[in-house]
Amino acid sequence: MSLIAGRTGDWEVVIGLEVHAQVVSNSKLFSGAATEFGAEPNTQVSFVDAGMPGMLPVINGVCVRQAVLTGLGLNAEINLVSVFDRKNYFYADLPAGYQISQFTRPIVGKGTIVLDLPGGATREVGITRLHLEQDAGKSLHDQHPTKSFIDLNRSGVALMEIVSEPDMRTSEEAGAYLKKLRSILRYLGTCDGNMEEGSMRCDCNVSVRRPGGELGTRCEIKNVNSIRFVMLAIEYEARRQIEIIEDGGTIRQETRLFDSGRGETRSMRSKEDAHDYRYFPDPDLLPLVLSPEFVAEIKAGMPELPDPKKARFVAEYGLSPYDAGVLVGEQENAAFFEAVARGRDAKLAANWVTGDFFGFLNKSGRPIAEAPVSAEALGGLIDLIRDGTISGRLAKEVFEAMWETGKPAAAIVEERGLRQVSDTGAIEASIDGVMAANADKVAEYRSGKDKLFGFFVGQVMKATQGKANPALVNEILKRKLAG
Amino acid sequence: MTMAANLTDLTLAEARDGLVARRFSAIELTDAHVAAVEAGRPLNAFITETPDAARAAAAESDRRIAAGEARPLEGLPLAIKDLFCTAGVPTTAGSHILDGFKPPYESTVTANLWQAGAVMLGKVNLDEFAMGSSNMTSYHGPVENPWRRRGDNRPLTPGGSSGGSAAAVAARMALGATGTDTGGSIRQPAAFCGIVGIKPTYGRCSRWGIVAFASSLDQAGPMARTVRDAAILLREMAGHDPKDSTSVALPVPDFEKTLDQGVKGLRIGIPKEYRIAGTPPEIEALWQQGIAWLKDAGAEPVEVSLPHARFALPTYYIIAPAEASSNLARYDGVRFGLRVPGQTLDEMYENTRAAGFGAEVRRRVLIGTYVLSAGYYDAYYLKAQRVRARIVEDFRNAFEKVDAILTPATPSAAFGLDDKQDDPIAMYLNDVFTVTANLAGLPGLSVPGGLSAEGLPLGLQVLGRAFDEETVLRVGRQIEKAAGFTAKPAMAGGAA
Repeated sequence: MSLIAGRTGDWEVVIGLEVHAQVVSNSKLFSGAATEFGAEPNTQVSFVDAGMPGMLPVINGVCVRQAVLTGLGLNAEINLVSVFDRKNYFYADLPAGYQISQFTRPIVGKGTIVLDLPGGATREVGITRLHLEQDAGKSLHDQHPTKSFIDLNRSGVALMEIVSEPDMRTSEEAGAYLKKLRSILRYLGTCDGNMEEGSMRCDCNVSVRRPGGELGTRCEIKNVNSIRFVMLAIEYEARRQIEIIEDGGTIRQETRLFDSGRGETRSMRSKEDAHDYRYFPDPDLLPLVLSPEFVAEIKAGMPELPDPKKARFVAEYGLSPYDAGVLVGEQENAAFFEAVARGRDAKLAANWVTGDFFGFLNKSGRPIAEAPVSAEALGGLIDLIRDGTISGRLAKEVFEAMWETGKPAAAIVEERGLRQVSDTGAIEASIDGVMAANADKVAEYRSGKDKLFGFFVGQVMKATQGKANPALVNEILKRKLAG
Repeated sequence: MTMAANLTDLTLAEARDGLVARRFSAIELTDAHVAAVEAGRPLNAFITETPDAARAAAAESDRRIAAGEARPLEGLPLAIKDLFCTAGVPTTAGSHILDGFKPPYESTVTANLWQAGAVMLGKVNLDEFAMGSSNMTSYHGPVENPWRRRGDNRPLTPGGSSGGSAAAVAARMALGATGTDTGGSIRQPAAFCGIVGIKPTYGRCSRWGIVAFASSLDQAGPMARTVRDAAILLREMAGHDPKDSTSVALPVPDFEKTLDQGVKGLRIGIPKEYRIAGTPPEIEALWQQGIAWLKDAGAEPVEVSLPHARFALPTYYIIAPAEASSNLARYDGVRFGLRVPGQTLDEMYENTRAAGFGAEVRRRVLIGTYVLSAGYYDAYYLKAQRVRARIVEDFRNAFEKVDAILTPATPSAAFGLDDKQDDPIAMYLNDVFTVTANLAGLPGLSVPGGLSAEGLPLGLQVLGRAFDEETVLRVGRQIEKAAGFTAKPAMAGGAA
């Protein structure tokens, strides 16, 4: 357990996270309007989204399916009956004056998520609930000196609010939670997890206490939009609370904002100023009733998730938990690895994928689907290493050429004449040439300076432009130098 | 009588048959009604008249009739309650806050009517956001009932909230009208104006495109001069709409077909809790008369008990305002209708809503906000929902024993436009017989039974099982036949 040392002793941080994950769907939660990111303002707005008189919400079945799928991915209870409620408050970007959400009866109940921590350790965090709700529109306050502009494109877009238990104790765990949750959502295809575009946003509930003691008063940090900021915000907030308590003060329950520029949290509103949302069941919508068959059908179609996949990679391919963890983080990466490893040395495949391939990929900033080297092509390279056509050293050069040209490994080896020379006659001839040209060094070697062996290897490789089979060079050179 | 007066005096069914038989043209029929609407302006029934669009629609109807392509409501002029959104035509909900609002869409119910060939004469007046029982809360001023007390020319309320609809139909300005009924807003004005109105089962008509008052109670329905006319209109208005999650996917019967099957063998429930102290003797007498008529026609009256009916009114006045307080939040000055500027967003909200909403709407928004507030929710809203469930249960039990229930429609005849204004509670009592059907989601029909001692119409109410409008209409038709209600209001066909 990681504690924070204060002036008066150690402190334990208690963290719970509420994540708003935008549901992947073509249309909004209760209307047919499109959800595409980055469209011109107010071009993806139906009469329902604009809160026009007489307009009624109709639940989008795709969003329900996505919520159930996510619930199953979080090992959570699926509630066959759930209810949509109205959360009432006035704001210019909330056209109806209420947000349709789920309050007392969410679609998904308790679940769990397993965090992957440094050193291969894991830790389980409880999921309290997942519910469906609409997003609000966007207020733009910087477009006009005295007026605010409203963009309703986001109004009505489906969100899943995923609430964790207060089970995390460090900012690293909070970071690991978000990474794992994002990974699961992406595997399921229920949220793209893109925090920069706002399709995943996080509220952090933070309190501090003496280790194992009574829970402290919590503060909620709203709408943090990157994993790094979540970790920074938690660290700052924990320190702030500890200082207040150690100075004899008490923590006020309040909502705070994270200022990423200054790296600090600031008070937004206190509990006393909190809205009374006057939740009540939305009379425009009937309770959402799911059949067990519907849930079973979704369950049957679920993809393999990161945890079982990691376990399988360790068992099936003999990978280390660390390598397996790196590979399963993104579904596409895992699939790429498996395509490379199929029928090949899996450890060698894992080394190439996590090593050179990820190195070039990260540098290029491209998604894996657009990498110039396909899994098939990387497999081809590995095949050439295995059958001795090229040396591992030359393979790196070949890979770089593959990345630049998009050509298969064999073509590059042929074009550049990189094929490994395993013809003993040719190697012997090179060695003879090198020895003749360096008769003095041969004499020194034979008089006991066997460190010069490396020099001869280097000269032979140079003479063969690196193509000589290193094992054969070693073997023949040793024999010839011995005289 | 002129030909125009003859045409406006026809029932909707007669006009339909006359058009098909080419006894007159749709244009003639529409012109006669347009003239009646103009002549009837002193009643203030219409907020917006659309004579040009009406004539254009009538011309199309004549073309279709000539081509043998007449649709079920071909060429029949109707008045539309100004709570239904009509594409390109101002829709006010009787409120200042919707100033200038022209919906770019058509409500499902009105779209169904135009699809069936009906002709829109215009948009008719109502209590603001359908909140009221007198039509006096309308920003566009009260509607006058075309009826007068015998020997007394003081104006009377047509009832509400569908007062403009009821007055227009009673005064022969339209063959029929749409209404909406949240607590009695079709049935009470129908009774006050001597016409027929039916609130169908919740879910029978789509609510899409109707300005919402209380979503779990609101239901559209027809208002007409005969039970047959109401049946004809209801068939075209009703139907499943995927755009309204609470509309029900059930086939819509041909109500007209089963209308005259009589009531022989039907068991008619008489709820003992509806004998309310203070009910005028003539209301009680009419109720007894109704029971006798049905008995004479072969039905069997059976006393039933609705033990929670006495809690219906307070329950209604918690649930309806609660939903309304949320439904009316969208009238905020941001996107449409009235905006009164302010220094801050909150100030703009306050200025707009203070100027845009009338006293009754403000009262209900306040009540609704209060009953949903933290600390009061359980005691008011949640308790009201529990009572509502008991009321539903009461009716379920009753309908195990009977096929329909007969009650008075209102506790009084139409009152004067100057009465009852100061006491909202007294006004709320108008709904005492009607709200139960809304809380239970059941169909209810108001049919004229006779005249009061002062010469004003009085209505009887028939309640039925969910989605059994057929029986309700059959019973209503039997009462209509027995009552032989032929009295006409003082002002009809625009002729005072």
